[in-house]
Amino acid sequence: MAGITTELCGIQLDNPVIPASGTFGYGYEFAEWYDINILGTFSCKGTTLSERFGNPTPRIAEGNCGMLNAVGLQNPGVEKVISRELPRLREIYHKKIIANVSGFSIDEYTQTCEKMDRQDIVGWIEVNISCPNVHGGGMSFGTDAKMAAEVTRAVKAVTTKPVIMKLSPNVTDIKAIAAACEEAGADGISLINTLMGMRIDLKTGRPVIANITGGYSGPAIFPVALRMVCDVAHTVKIPVVGMGGVSTADDVIEMMLAGACAVQVGAANLIDPYACKKIIEDLPVAMEKYGIKELKEIIGTVKL
Amino acid sequence: MENTILKITENRKLAKDVFLMRLAGRLSETPRPGQFINIKLPEFYLRRPISVCDASEGTLTVIYKTVGRGTGLLSGLAPGEELDVLCGLGNGYDLDAAGSAPVLLGGGVGVPPMYYLARKLIARCVKVQVILGFNTAEEVFFEEEFRALGAEVTVTTVDGSYGTKGFVTDALPEDYTYFYTCGPGPMLKAVYAGTVTSGEFSFEERMGCGFGACMGCSCKTITGYKRICKDGPVLKKEEILWQA
Repeated sequence: MAGITTELCGIQLDNPVIPASGTFGYGYEFAEWYDINILGTFSCKGTTLSERFGNPTPRIAEGNCGMLNAVGLQNPGVEKVISRELPRLREIYHKKIIANVSGFSIDEYTQTCEKMDRQDIVGWIEVNISCPNVHGGGMSFGTDAKMAAEVTRAVKAVTTKPVIMKLSPNVTDIKAIAAACEEAGADGISLINTLMGMRIDLKTGRPVIANITGGYSGPAIFPVALRMVCDVAHTVKIPVVGMGGVSTADDVIEMMLAGACAVQVGAANLIDPYACKKIIEDLPVAMEKYGIKELKEIIGTVKL
Repeated sequence: MENTILKITENRKLAKDVFLMRLAGRLSETPRPGQFINIKLPEFYLRRPISVCDASEGTLTVIYKTVGRGTGLLSGLAPGEELDVLCGLGNGYDLDAAGSAPVLLGGGVGVPPMYYLARKLIARCVKVQVILGFNTAEEVFFEEEFRALGAEVTVTTVDGSYGTKGFVTDALPEDYTYFYTCGPGPMLKAVYAGTVTSGEFSFEERMGCGFGACMGCSCKTITGYKRICKDGPVLKKEEILWQA
């Protein structure tokens, strides 16, 4: 299986497959389905400084080839994550995780990142400046290049581990945001978070989701995500993690050709709990089909 | 929990907009009363969570209402077709809490999980009283099936076109040791207010995954935040916090 290894910000991964934040809890829900140590790594549920219940329900709606969610960063808060979730995870998972962090002020981001940075199980910090489902935080930091840079600089100042900025697709020019993060010292970029959308219940005339809007994910957004990954990977020099509708080994290869050094899988985990396991098992078969010997050699080799 | 492929052996209309489907196949674990399954449908992205009406080794029965395009498609599937199913989801009812004479209150498509529960309780020699609530006569189903199990059955309809006129709470017996209920939100609130013993409620919510990963179906309870799909769908009366 040597051919499927890759690297993320200087840390070796057994394979490029990474369950995306918010679709994998703190890992152990999936350990009931399979041994999660087969994963490249995984990005834990978005963590904030204080405990959050999130948005009222309904939080979920369906679309063609995808789903809308407006969970709103439900999580127990960084202290409980450290005291309760991570010890439980350490018993079953023996690799480094990506700590996904969100906030509502620069100060919240830095406090939470600093605490997560000190955990031995944390290999990378993924800073979510792209959550479309919270008000007064999240995405508002990721839709402005100056703000994105400011968060990046503040987080970098208090952390020792690689900092990956997770970008929103709900912007005019994602390349400018990525460049601003790189300039401010980010070690990597991950994209894309969900696309803002909504559904209306035709029987009631009301939005299906209580929050009115939600983030759209699933195979429907894959081409949009791929285009943005390609754009950003050709703009910045730091590593890029591609995500958005990835569901198959072929999708992983396509993302890597576009410039991703690793690939996150989100909504697919919710439809098929074995999605990441299947993708990892299918990768060598898909690589053989396209004559790929070393996965990391194809990163960014799309012929434009 | 398991992911398995089940074959449809029966799929027929039971009452207005209500269908019964029997499934058979490899099941390493037989689901318990109050648990649900999550069905992948061709052409739809999200699975459809449906409560288990009955189960035994290698077979499952579900009863569902056609409320949208997904369940509409489900009702059109023919015996012999196969479905990708996540089985044994949720916590299920606590049968040990029943006491000697529990009452089971089911409303509409909240009736099916009561059937499996009644069957399992009667197998434990418990005297089971069942109250089945519907809006109107043409929606009534499974009355005889409950009687055949040996349960004492009362049917209520809101418009009085069949059985006792009123809601399930209008037919509550004087004596019962515990209650189990499943049905629409307003009915559950009425049961909460109208019952004098402890009991258990099964809740419904729009779900993403059905196995505790996405936090799509969270609710607040007295004992903290719970996921309907994983920590529920059954919650004890004492832990429920009604949302405005």
